[in-house]
Amino acid sequence: MNLLEGLTPELVVFVLAGAVCIVGALGVVLNANPVHAALSLVATLFGVAVLFLAQEANFLAAVQIIVYAGAIVVLFLFVLMLLGVDRAEDLSIDALGRGQRVAAGIVGLGILALPLLALASTGGEATGARPPTTAPNAIDKTTPDINQLGESLFTTYLLAFELTSVLLVIAVVGAVVLARKVKRADYVEDPLVPTVSEAPR
Amino acid sequence: MTGSIAQVTPAWYLVLASVVFAIGAVGLLVRRNPLVMFMCVELMLNAVTLTFVTFSRMLNDVNGQTVVVFVLVVAAAEVVVGLGIIVALLRKQPTATADDLTVLKG
Repeated sequence: MNLLEGLTPELVVFVLAGAVCIVGALGVVLNANPVHAALSLVATLFGVAVLFLAQEANFLAAVQIIVYAGAIVVLFLFVLMLLGVDRAEDLSIDALGRGQRVAAGIVGLGILALPLLALASTGGEATGARPPTTAPNAIDKTTPDINQLGESLFTTYLLAFELTSVLLVIAVVGAVVLARKVKRADYVEDPLVPTVSEAPR
Repeated sequence: MTGSIAQVTPAWYLVLASVVFAIGAVGLLVRRNPLVMFMCVELMLNAVTLTFVTFSRMLNDVNGQTVVVFVLVVAAAEVVVGLGIIVALLRKQPTATADDLTVLKG
């Protein structure tokens, strides 16, 4: 028996996409240049999208690429480029003295240990719930996942769906209010806005 | 015969999601650039959506995937408002770190 016999396609996909996810996540944290961090974030988002595909969430995988990689990361890069803050950060500066990174490492290990302990204590199940056999919201393998998702979204979660439209309107109004130029330019030290005295008449 | 390691159980996905979540949390704590801190929040959100999809398959319930749609919407709204705040801050002070967000105090 050879070594390749144990390799199922799902295992290969999981290992490759998982490696991309973790390398991308480490890249976000460890890259001094924020532009490189944003590009590492794309790698992680892509890895998560592949893992969605591997778990038969095809629509969500497409949405993950379109919304996250296509819109959110591009928004990050727009802000970085337009404001010209894309220079590398000095990572050797520890804001609160030496203790902060040690404390952050301990907190991170704790955050990692909690779910792993929960998984280990339940034998890899992490939940006591059992898969329903005839529930109305059970995944039906014969219909596309986008149909079931749409049905769930527009029946069970209709109120929540309508509320997200309110949330999006509030977010757009908030962004416009926050990002507009301040009118009373003489009261702020803004290098981009000329003060009243030096403004052209 | 296939080896026992070949079975990718849902627990593997949950472990991977916890690792990504922990990396994002540590990044949020150690980085000082507000934009990079935001990217770390996105990492944590993505780890959580991965667990939702995993539980959706594990428990055979499509509502887990519906929640992921809402997480996406909330993430988009949060990024828009957060980047608005960061733009307002960085325009005043291009070298601002997270500590300088205290200028937001009313």
